Amino acid sequence: MLNALTLVTGVAALLLAAWCGWAAYRDQPTKDWHFIGMAVVSLLAVVQLVVGIVQLARGEKPAQGTTIFVAYLLGAFACVPAAGLMSLAERTRWGSVTAAAGGVVLAVLEVRLYDIWGG
Amino acid sequence: MTAVEEKPGRLISGPGMLLVWFYGVMVVGAVSRSAYQIATDFGRAPLAYSLSAVAGLVYGFITYTLVRGGETARRVALVCCAAELAGVLIVGTWTVVEPSAFPDATVWSDYGMGYVFIPVLLPLTALYWLRRSAVRRPGPEA
Repeated sequence: MLNALTLVTGVAALLLAAWCGWAAYRDQPTKDWHFIGMAVVSLLAVVQLVVGIVQLARGEKPAQGTTIFVAYLLGAFACVPAAGLMSLAERTRWGSVTAAAGGVVLAVLEVRLYDIWGG
Repeated sequence: MTAVEEKPGRLISGPGMLLVWFYGVMVVGAVSRSAYQIATDFGRAPLAYSLSAVAGLVYGFITYTLVRGGETARRVALVCCAAELAGVLIVGTWTVVEPSAFPDATVWSDYGMGYVFIPVLLPLTALYWLRRSAVRRPGPEA
């Protein structure tokens, strides 16, 4: 369950990165549709956070330790919203680049989460 | 795209915003990592964990100066980025030459290979950006 969610979130993050990267390539700031995309990816991260905590509460143990697992879950949860806020403050193509970088960072976090959980 | 009037000292407009994002990510990465390692198992690799903590502090300070902006902050950030670059190069070389001193990795091990070389690319980009953001004079000279 959690691994499937990790995969979906990671792929969604990469798609978001590509989409915002495309906007940057065309010299455009992030628009409403991009923010809806970021909201979808953030929602996935929230679901992942909740599912992860429920798994922990049921007594399952991440391979590399509970503290690290929770820290990465929180990081994954905060990643895209933070980048989204920064792209709101920067209404040029560089805001789009920042949002794209947020997607890439989230994808990296998902890979690490997969290792930490012990997929 | 110069419709918005820009304050002369603003450092986080345009590419600067991307820079702040990556510095922010490195702050969270380095600080949380070293805090966890120092709290749980400091005795295993005190040197490596202390260096990670120092790296986190330097990243935090640079992020703060970038966000704050202004000419003084720009100069301070320049010095810190140079120090950061020196740190990455020295610690990176150190880990390659004498791995036995580091039972566990630091943020700067192997020139930041564990972080896709961001630790070594970031100060270079930042130095370039900060130099370019110096008070701009009219004219073709760069």
